[in-house]
Amino acid sequence: MSLAQTGRRITLLGLVLLAGVYVRALAFTPLERFQGPAQKIFYLHVPAAWSAMLAMGLVGLCSILYLIVKDARFDRFAAASAEVGTTFSLVMLTTGPIWAKPIWGTWWTWDARLTLTLFLFFLFIGYLLLRGAVVEPGLRARYSAVLGICGLVLLPFIHLSVYLFRTLHPQPIVLKPSAPSLPGSMLVTLLVSFAVFTLLYVGFVTQRYALGLLREAQGKEHA
Amino acid sequence: MTDLLRQAWTVARKDLLLEFRTRTALVSALVFTALVLTVFNFGRDPTAVATIDLAPTILWVTFTFAAMLALNRAFQLELENQALEGLLVSPLSRTSLYWGKLLANLVFVALVEAVGLPLFVLFFDVPVGRVLLPLVGVIALATIGFVAVGTLFSALVIRTRFAELLLVVLLLPFLVPPLIGAVQVTARLLGGRPLSEAAGWFRLLAAYDIGFVALATLLFPFTVDE
Amino acid sequence: MLSAEGLRHAFGTGGGRVVALDNVSFSLEAGQTLAIFGPNGAGKTTLLKVLAGLIRPDAGRATVAGGRGAIGWIGHQSHLYGHLTVRENLLFWAALYAVPATIRATRADATLRQLGIADRAEQAVWSLSRGLAQRAAIAKALIHDPPVLLLDEPFTGLDLAAAAEFRALLARLQGAGRVVVLATHDVGEGVELATDVAFQRRGRFVHFAPRGARGPAQIADEYRRAVGEGEADD
Repeated sequence: MSLAQTGRRITLLGLVLLAGVYVRALAFTPLERFQGPAQKIFYLHVPAAWSAMLAMGLVGLCSILYLIVKDARFDRFAAASAEVGTTFSLVMLTTGPIWAKPIWGTWWTWDARLTLTLFLFFLFIGYLLLRGAVVEPGLRARYSAVLGICGLVLLPFIHLSVYLFRTLHPQPIVLKPSAPSLPGSMLVTLLVSFAVFTLLYVGFVTQRYALGLLREAQGKEHA
Repeated sequence: MTDLLRQAWTVARKDLLLEFRTRTALVSALVFTALVLTVFNFGRDPTAVATIDLAPTILWVTFTFAAMLALNRAFQLELENQALEGLLVSPLSRTSLYWGKLLANLVFVALVEAVGLPLFVLFFDVPVGRVLLPLVGVIALATIGFVAVGTLFSALVIRTRFAELLLVVLLLPFLVPPLIGAVQVTARLLGGRPLSEAAGWFRLLAAYDIGFVALATLLFPFTVDE
Repeated sequence: MLSAEGLRHAFGTGGGRVVALDNVSFSLEAGQTLAIFGPNGAGKTTLLKVLAGLIRPDAGRATVAGGRGAIGWIGHQSHLYGHLTVRENLLFWAALYAVPATIRATRADATLRQLGIADRAEQAVWSLSRGLAQRAAIAKALIHDPPVLLLDEPFTGLDLAAAAEFRALLARLQGAGRVVVLATHDVGEGVELATDVAFQRRGRFVHFAPRGARGPAQIADEYRRAVGEGEADD
């Protein structure tokens, strides 16, 4: 079975399971006491953010490996991961406000997770722009790898900055849904959602990777 | 080690010599800084917000923009003079090349800041006298961070089509931690608050500088070697 | 003093892949001058860049005794800073090539005299005529008295008189401890200077032998037969 087909199958499975998660979240998971039904977007919002982080982590890791071994496969994987990461970040950044409005009365908030994802989004976009701007494949791979590694190293600093900022400028009372003591069935829904999003990540990246291979063989550049 | 530094100094000295010969980049950056500060003045309502609240932001946004102007010249210069290949063929170590460029960029930006800070004090009537030393310290720390990453990235964009624009887009996310730190510390200094309150931010700035100078030194050879 | 073993290098991927070096191996001792003739795109510049350490080959190894510091490079780019004077340029490069500080100035002056541009020492490079700028570029390549000279199409843009002067200079420099590698697409240039001759086509050496008693006409003939007339590889 070709790589693209494998990718498609995994994605399909992921999407089906995602529908399952939706159903479970909406119908079978209890309502959160303070936030009501709007809180349920949390089951998509948090795992999407996690997938974006995973994507960035893998871009960074593949970048390091590429610079050490110079295997083009790592570069291709990093590029695929970056594109998928951009998508997941975008999903997170749009679901965030949709959730925030009914809960906090505002479309945007500079809470830690949204801020970090916003930065991830900018880093991914910058990465893809750089790839688009450099024509020669060897050069493009090396330059992207350098940027990818820098991006990865930046993340803890962003996290730290946001943390320091927030301890000094507390936001209005927010109910952060990442409370560690989630009752059983909510936790299960969340964990299942994490697994499904990871599966979707794998599926999308596999497909994108296969597409990248195809375009390379045809002599066309891929972003 | 001394060889490394000596070679870096040779590169930096050549860059600075060239810069002073032509002066265009330096003068443009200085004029730009003055203009931005002027625009900020007209862009605010002095009756609504106290200057002292906005001051750190104004200062740091100005410095950031001015630094960005400076960064592109470093490798563009080599490309324009058809000298980059020469540097790579010579026994100059890639690390020395990076440090030399970093040093030249730092001097350039420091000059712009040295003119920008007094202008800022003048235009916005901000009391810096008592806190001048720590203020200069923060400026130095944050600048090293910007310029270290900026110098590395400027090597990535030299052959691309919209080099200056791409550099800005790539660099901005990386400027946020030192920028936040700098603004926070500056605000505390200007507000007369004790330095200990800003300790966390100082540590952030220092960690960022050490981390990214090291990382950039490590990664730089990959940007110039084939 | 200089050796290449099994060099392979290609640019691009898939349909756009170009082989620049295809299993090139040779070695040169002090006193040898190798002239590499080949059409555009044959890989001559790539070979020189690999020898200079500018490009890391996909496979194989190139070694130059003394490393980068032992190499004098003359290529398409001037390596001179327009707004610095000729002397300032030479002093800068001399410093990078570890010429001791005490003799840098004297060496610079001597090299300028050797190239006949001593009177232009204080002139900014941007204001020099093309011919003089080229001589300054040659001075830069020689400032550290390198035992290895790598020349990539050095006759480009030189008029007949300048070319003859350059050939005379090379004749003075070669031999006695120096290795010279000269790459060009014009068989007419530099044949007389060579001790060894190579033809490069599509990344391969299709001929590599001492020049022996062969004259320019004979070499040109052999070249045409081995490589074909006037067609480029790219």
